Amino acid sequence: MRIVLHIWRQKNGRSSGKMVRYELPDINSHMSFLEMLDVLNERLIEKGEDPVAFDHDCREGICGMCGFVINGTAHGPVRGTTVCQLHMRHFQDGEELYLEPWRAKAFPVIKDLMVDRGAFDRIIAAGGYVSVSTGSAPDGNAIPIPKDNAELSMDAAACIACGACVAACPNASAALFTAAKISHLALLPQGEPERHQRSLRMVAQANTEGFGACSNVGECEAVCPKKITLENIARMFRDYIGASWTRRPAGASRG
Amino acid sequence: MASTFQRTLRFYEATIGKKALIAVTGAILVLYVVGHMIGNLQIYLGREALNAYAHKLHDLGPLLWLVRGFLLLAVVVHIVASIQLWLMNRAARPSRYVRQSWVKATFASRTMIVTGPILAAFIVYHVLHLTVGRFHPGFNHELDVYHNVVAGFRNVPTSVAYIVAMALLGYHVSHGAWSMFQSAGLHHPRYMPIVQKAAVALAIALFVGNISIPISILAGFIR
Amino acid sequence: MRHNPRIPSGAVETMWDRCRFEMKLVNPANKRKYSVIVVGSGLAGGAGAATMGELGYNVKCFCYQDSARRAHSIAAQGGINAAKNYQNDGDSVWRLFYDTVKGGDFRAREANVYRLAQLSLNIIDQCVAQGVPFAREYGGMLANRSFGGAQVSRTFYARGQTGQQLLLGAYQALMRQVDAGRVKMFPRAEMLDLIVIDGKARGIVTRDMVSGRIESHLADAVVLGTGGYGNVFYLSTNAKGCNATAIWRAYKRGADFANPCFTQIHPTCIPVSGEYQSKLTLMSESLRNDGRIWVPVAKGDKRPASQIPEQERDYFLERRYPSFGNLAPRDVSSRAAKMVCDEGRGVGHTGLGVYLDFADAFQRLGRATMDERYGNLFEMYEQITGEDPHSVPMRIFPASHYTMGGLWVDYRLMSTIPGLFVIGEANFSDHGANRLGASALMQGLADGYFIIPYTLGDYLASNKFEKVSTDHPACKEAEDNVNGITRRLLGVNGRHTVDHFHRELGKIMWEYCGMARNAAGLQKALARIPELRDEFWRDVRVLGENEELNQSLEKAGRVADFLELGELLCLDALERDESCGGHFREEHQTADGEAIRNDERFCHVTAWEHRGPGVKPVQHREPLEFHYVLPSVRSYK
Repeated sequence: MRIVLHIWRQKNGRSSGKMVRYELPDINSHMSFLEMLDVLNERLIEKGEDPVAFDHDCREGICGMCGFVINGTAHGPVRGTTVCQLHMRHFQDGEELYLEPWRAKAFPVIKDLMVDRGAFDRIIAAGGYVSVSTGSAPDGNAIPIPKDNAELSMDAAACIACGACVAACPNASAALFTAAKISHLALLPQGEPERHQRSLRMVAQANTEGFGACSNVGECEAVCPKKITLENIARMFRDYIGASWTRRPAGASRG
Repeated sequence: MASTFQRTLRFYEATIGKKALIAVTGAILVLYVVGHMIGNLQIYLGREALNAYAHKLHDLGPLLWLVRGFLLLAVVVHIVASIQLWLMNRAARPSRYVRQSWVKATFASRTMIVTGPILAAFIVYHVLHLTVGRFHPGFNHELDVYHNVVAGFRNVPTSVAYIVAMALLGYHVSHGAWSMFQSAGLHHPRYMPIVQKAAVALAIALFVGNISIPISILAGFIR
Repeated sequence: MRHNPRIPSGAVETMWDRCRFEMKLVNPANKRKYSVIVVGSGLAGGAGAATMGELGYNVKCFCYQDSARRAHSIAAQGGINAAKNYQNDGDSVWRLFYDTVKGGDFRAREANVYRLAQLSLNIIDQCVAQGVPFAREYGGMLANRSFGGAQVSRTFYARGQTGQQLLLGAYQALMRQVDAGRVKMFPRAEMLDLIVIDGKARGIVTRDMVSGRIESHLADAVVLGTGGYGNVFYLSTNAKGCNATAIWRAYKRGADFANPCFTQIHPTCIPVSGEYQSKLTLMSESLRNDGRIWVPVAKGDKRPASQIPEQERDYFLERRYPSFGNLAPRDVSSRAAKMVCDEGRGVGHTGLGVYLDFADAFQRLGRATMDERYGNLFEMYEQITGEDPHSVPMRIFPASHYTMGGLWVDYRLMSTIPGLFVIGEANFSDHGANRLGASALMQGLADGYFIIPYTLGDYLASNKFEKVSTDHPACKEAEDNVNGITRRLLGVNGRHTVDHFHRELGKIMWEYCGMARNAAGLQKALARIPELRDEFWRDVRVLGENEELNQSLEKAGRVADFLELGELLCLDALERDESCGGHFREEHQTADGEAIRNDERFCHVTAWEHRGPGVKPVQHREPLEFHYVLPSVRSYK
């Protein structure tokens, strides 16, 4: 099959970029999308041109490293799929595809389709954990956890931090990412002690990073390769609002 | 007291705080709009009924002003918080996509910041038109609301503007009326689809109910 | 003695306690005066860096990905073993110990394996406390499943994403230490050399993968948790970025490489579909719990699976291994699959595949239960192949998956370079010649959470460390070495891409040193690899420059190392003239194709010492002794 690509080429974070057209006349429909780009890159190198930089690693849809926007949709047209798991059989012969990096102030472009998602790490560092040091854990079965809660928690914990939610949101909001981690831990008894503190700090960090606000558009949920739902965002709102009004200042144990 | 004040300020500073306030004020305004429509639909009961209703409201005196002040405050908070968030959201995406397509986002949800200001402008016009009596050549200041409405809407451009504004209101409410539950943290997979359908139903009801008045007047059902 | 394993004396169940008691402690107030470099942020590296941060050391942690959370541990699907015996089905630390030693075909140290089985208990507790959402029963208790190579149900899991959830637990612990200021993360940084000063590992040279800056980082000790070298086969289940550069360059600085020929081929991967294939995708082994593996009885039977009647199907694992059946260990299952394909009974258009059929399980358990267990795997399979496993059987074929070999370490996980510790898949220690399913996660976390924090503390407390700065000649020398390699790679400007050479190497490795090996083939590979390496250095094309983000340059450095490592792997495979575990020499098999081990000549660890470029490495042997699990023929019949 023949594929026409328009790819965002940008040398580095300081330069400006533009769309460049490439044509691949002989693509096998069983290839994955990234294998198609591998073919493009090998040909560019053989012609002495700079290959297209894109992030990828596991190519099994779990590491969260890959991701770009195809024709205006994060991770392309197939729901619940990262670009590495997207196969060319989902495209038409002769189709024109526009590939762009995630666009958000908090995700500066590094090169071509690669962006810096360090902001996500800083959001997790602001409380996306249970403060339990190695060695201090009770027996794994000491606290029974209702199966439904464990499953709901797992639904949220499945987030791979690819950044598609931010890319798809008209406001470049990181609400779904932040909410997924808050939900994952809030639904487990182990996460309960730090629940309020966690939501306050993580939300504040997301603001500091320059992500926009959620306006309940739902585009994030639609493109999420792990199908994480808006319900998690509501849970984050609930926790945050609760924490804002009920949290006691440090050292005020007597109210 | 000071700490509660600080807490409130800090809450407002956060995006989620602003959203919560937009949700709460939105809920107030939706309730008002519904009440306003039900009140106005009394036009179908005839001149006496509607004018009696208007007099009843006017007789509330200071309470009426209190309610008006409260609504004004809600509108101001709703608008200011929305604009602040909008500016922030714009800054969060400095460069646009060359190609943009939407999978799930509805037209209504993406245009809240467009329908909102138009509605705000319309509200100002609407108050000036039917409450204060500006741009209304035949306005009767003796609280003959029935006359004012009928005379006002006999003007075709006025009615068309009103109908367009009600369409925008419908769009705004179709997203806003479920979105406010989400923003307040109320979401359950069993009930949310119902809430979303209810929001659309409410939006349609508001649109149909409100535009029925100018249409009836123009069609001559109400004279 | 170069390879003193430093195994504690006494009974095996008391060894780790004794070792912990004998080790020196660092005064809590002094811990912040020590600095540690951890390379890799997976289950081993991430857990180690987090725990050492918690203890108070100054930790610098490096990873080549853009975030610590993306290390390839994340892709482990099936689960993690622990001898909790929650199912009351006869499990115990002893049984896990026994299974692991036997599963490793008696080529691992008993002491290490026993400790691993002991620590498995703590790992589950720690992970639960961190908020890992393990699968639960309706009563709220932890659920278990069974896994290849075991007859008890001891595997804990979080859907098909166990590795992801365990890694996120470690990552979150790590980010907590980043927040506390005790760990500094260096993402998108690749270790390109080891700095050895006065015989001790004191730092690393890294390349910032965004700016290209070459930099020396110094510390009192260096820990490598950089994973295995499975990508030497080009096509493997490893992530594209997985590489051996860190351990290979440490090898060249004096860390001996042990048992490189022990590589694991995983039986259940999605078959190759074409020349453009860039990697292979694993389908969790847990599928073998409910799936039945078969091929047609007749050669070249190209009928669709649904049209082949029951009596014309050969359920070859159930036939050959009646007691373990479809749950036979990985090496045994892989070879059995290869055998039926070699007979011409393979399925799919390449003939390189066998069926993994769930029809019986769907009937027995119903679609809902099956989807709850394997739903995400079914989806993944359908995404990749376009076939729905609910209606047609999966096609699977073995693929390179894990490497048991790695840098030689003693009981305390220290390599032959003092101060260089190696943890997780990067070391050679616990799995012998074959790793059992759900044991890699266990080993990574045991090393990271519970072993390295102790043994590294002992090393720090027992040694004096001179203050050194990056002006030290050893840093300069290492940086020059790195810059020299980069300049050479950029200077060739030949005709072929880096991937071209990597694919060629992969073909040689898979053909001659894959699931089955023989002396003639290995000799052919040993002749062909140096030729390919010469071609690489004559004809590779790496565009661009060092001072920018340059993915071709990154790959080129890694492939250059694989081209050397591949040779050592084949050499080790040739020298180990027996069949054991993942290493199957065709010369040593029974009439029905079972492996024949040679305990008289090969009951040892082979550790290779680098003696400079172009010089044959020196072979050392660490003898293995078995006092508790006596070597026997590993039978799963």
